[in-house]
Amino acid sequence: MNNTMSPFKRLAASLALLALAANVSYAEETDGTVKVGVLHSLSGTMAISETSLRDILLFTFDEINANGGVLGKRIEPVVVDGASDWPLFAEKAEQLLAKDKVAATFGCWTSVSRKSVLPVYEKYNGLLFYPVQYEGEELSPNIFYTAEAVGQQAIPAVDFLLEEGIKKFYLIGTDYVYPQTTNLVLLEYLLSKGIPIENIGGGLRKDAKGEVISAGKYTPFSHSDYQQIVSEIKDFAASGDAAVLNTVNGDSNVSFFKEIAASGLTADDCPIVSYSLSEDEFRALPTKDLVGHLGCWTYFMSLDTPANKKFIKNWEKWLIKTKASGVQKSDRVTCSPMVLSYNGVYLWKKAVEKAGTFEVEAVIKALESGISFDGPGGTVTTQKNHHLTKNVFIGEILEDGQFDILESFDDVYGEPFLKGTFK
Amino acid sequence: MNIFDTKKELSGFVLAGFILMGLLPLSNTIVPEDSIFHVAGYQLSLWGKYITYAVLAMSLNLLWGYTGLLCLCQSLFFALGGYAFGMYLMLQVGVDPVYNTALPDFMDFLGYSELPGYWKPFKNPVFTMLAVMAVPGLVAFVFGFLAFQSRIKGVYFSILTQALTYAVCLLFFQNKFTLLWVDFTFGGNNGFTDFKKILGANINDASTTRWLFIGSTAFMLIVYALISIMLKTKFGKVQQAIRDSENRVRFSGYSTTTYKLFIFVLSGVIAGIAGAFYVPQVGIINPGEMTAAKSLDVVVWVALGGRGTKFGPILGAIVVSMLKSYATRAFPDSWLIILGAIFILVVLFMPNGLVGLPKQLAPWINRIRGKERRANTRKTVTAP
Repeated sequence: MNNTMSPFKRLAASLALLALAANVSYAEETDGTVKVGVLHSLSGTMAISETSLRDILLFTFDEINANGGVLGKRIEPVVVDGASDWPLFAEKAEQLLAKDKVAATFGCWTSVSRKSVLPVYEKYNGLLFYPVQYEGEELSPNIFYTAEAVGQQAIPAVDFLLEEGIKKFYLIGTDYVYPQTTNLVLLEYLLSKGIPIENIGGGLRKDAKGEVISAGKYTPFSHSDYQQIVSEIKDFAASGDAAVLNTVNGDSNVSFFKEIAASGLTADDCPIVSYSLSEDEFRALPTKDLVGHLGCWTYFMSLDTPANKKFIKNWEKWLIKTKASGVQKSDRVTCSPMVLSYNGVYLWKKAVEKAGTFEVEAVIKALESGISFDGPGGTVTTQKNHHLTKNVFIGEILEDGQFDILESFDDVYGEPFLKGTFK
Repeated sequence: MNIFDTKKELSGFVLAGFILMGLLPLSNTIVPEDSIFHVAGYQLSLWGKYITYAVLAMSLNLLWGYTGLLCLCQSLFFALGGYAFGMYLMLQVGVDPVYNTALPDFMDFLGYSELPGYWKPFKNPVFTMLAVMAVPGLVAFVFGFLAFQSRIKGVYFSILTQALTYAVCLLFFQNKFTLLWVDFTFGGNNGFTDFKKILGANINDASTTRWLFIGSTAFMLIVYALISIMLKTKFGKVQQAIRDSENRVRFSGYSTTTYKLFIFVLSGVIAGIAGAFYVPQVGIINPGEMTAAKSLDVVVWVALGGRGTKFGPILGAIVVSMLKSYATRAFPDSWLIILGAIFILVVLFMPNGLVGLPKQLAPWINRIRGKERRANTRKTVTAP
């Protein structure tokens, strides 16, 4: 192998060439456009959820561009694939910021992807809009969390159940930071509401000093054997005043709800509130097993408002005529993470217009000053703490994968740091 | 003893060292930013990442290319080294602004009030560097001893290594797990991120990026030299003989188990050190790094570059990683298909990988050249 040209010479030569080639930018900057990044997983395990967010973002950019753009400039999206690979998310974020010099980025779904890019956004002083419900306990100066905080999803749902006369709560989730943290907050909240600790199901783990460090039952990602857990839930719910708070993520829900249906447990016996299942997920789930159970989000597709109707109509029109590659055209819905992505773009646009510049510092300052946007789910307003005030809805799952809205809470404040506040 | 095969290889080695460790970092510092010869910091850390991948591929090649053991737990060793170094980095973060404790943030939200005992020694960088080698080395030793002692070979060995990777990966995905009566916590699904300091320096400083790059390339060159030496010694000959026919070697009186175990541990240690260089440059380590799919990536790099060659794994790792970086930006929808097609083409039509390509093309080129030469000769003859 080593008889022709020395391998290291080849490496050296190719390195030198590449170093030069890498300096040539992807696209020429023009005066008429502003680049924004779209950083979602278009392949890998998260693609099923995140591709929809890419689609809605492309729709939003087209809608804004058709109406004159931002500060007179057309939005030019730079779409990259994070491929459900967390170090790759960091690499792509750095590429977007250092090479493409995007004015803002819309992206990430999982907490770990956000945690992976956070140092990059802080290093380059970039701006990221994060649209998916999360556990809180974080506040980066360079991220805006359009997502639902725990107080805008998990807690209103519990309030609703308490009003309905539920006295026992079973906590179940996938074993990672969002369910773990959410359930710890919920545990504190339930105790503060006078629910005795023996009425909280799923088990508690305590440290050496006897303090609870984990509440609820946890299964790994892609877990599929829920027989034992469901029989435990059945016993727990025998008294008839129990509910399940479900933070199980992804395809595990298929097995979980199948097992629930097989056990004969109905939504009347024991309602299940799922925090990670929205209209978009129902496309891939057997919804008949979920009928009657509950969801809690800051937007439902079934919202009967003119703003929402117009939004859905425009979205469907866009789907028909778009030429963007990889966009699935039929059988599409809208859901909360999609609308929060949509809201994020408009909030950014308004902030840029208020600041009169795309410069990140100024835009963040404008966002912190409180900017409102009348979105499909009602008015959302940015707060100084980088979260949004927004409406919260409780819905019951219907056969067709939509929600029947049972209750709404108006203008709920977004607070990321809830742990330890309910005493 | 001359460790390289040819003088050309030696001069190439020196030249690569000069460019990688001298010119590139220099063009990052002294060349003005708007110059076409300037290498931006993010490019340097990207290349640093590719180079740690290259070392990872070399460590697999040591097993697969030279000893005939297709190991599917290379990413596990890599991640274990990365985790060990990540523990040190996490303890350098300092006081968390949110919780006002010096604990790593995931321990705060998991309710820990103090640092678990097995975390404490990782405050010491020297201990950490030893652990970076010892942890993967130990795992390789125990697993290798059991596997080779039971004469597990071929595809069964591959399956077992994959199972091991999967098992450890599942453990690390849990926020907490108990192993041998000790409660471990390594941040679960999120792993370690948001590092601030390394050996007293700010991890985001341009100079830190440069030194990490220089360190990674130096390590790659050392491993290259090490493999070159090994191939020249009797040990290397026995190693390759095991690959070609293990039974004959054993009947000749060599303890093939010992040889294989040594190589396995060495390969694990090299992968672990590569992982330690990887983590500060990408800024995150989580169990996603030790999935079975990541181990298969390494196999693809080696196969694509050229298995059983010194340079092939380096080329394969760098080419595939570069393609991935490029294509996830340029073709976000179809890059997997493009990459997959390339893998299939290489496996089907280039049995010796990319490095074997010139040799494979040589007869064709010679034929074309020969035709030209014949045509030229004819021309000269007929010319007046």
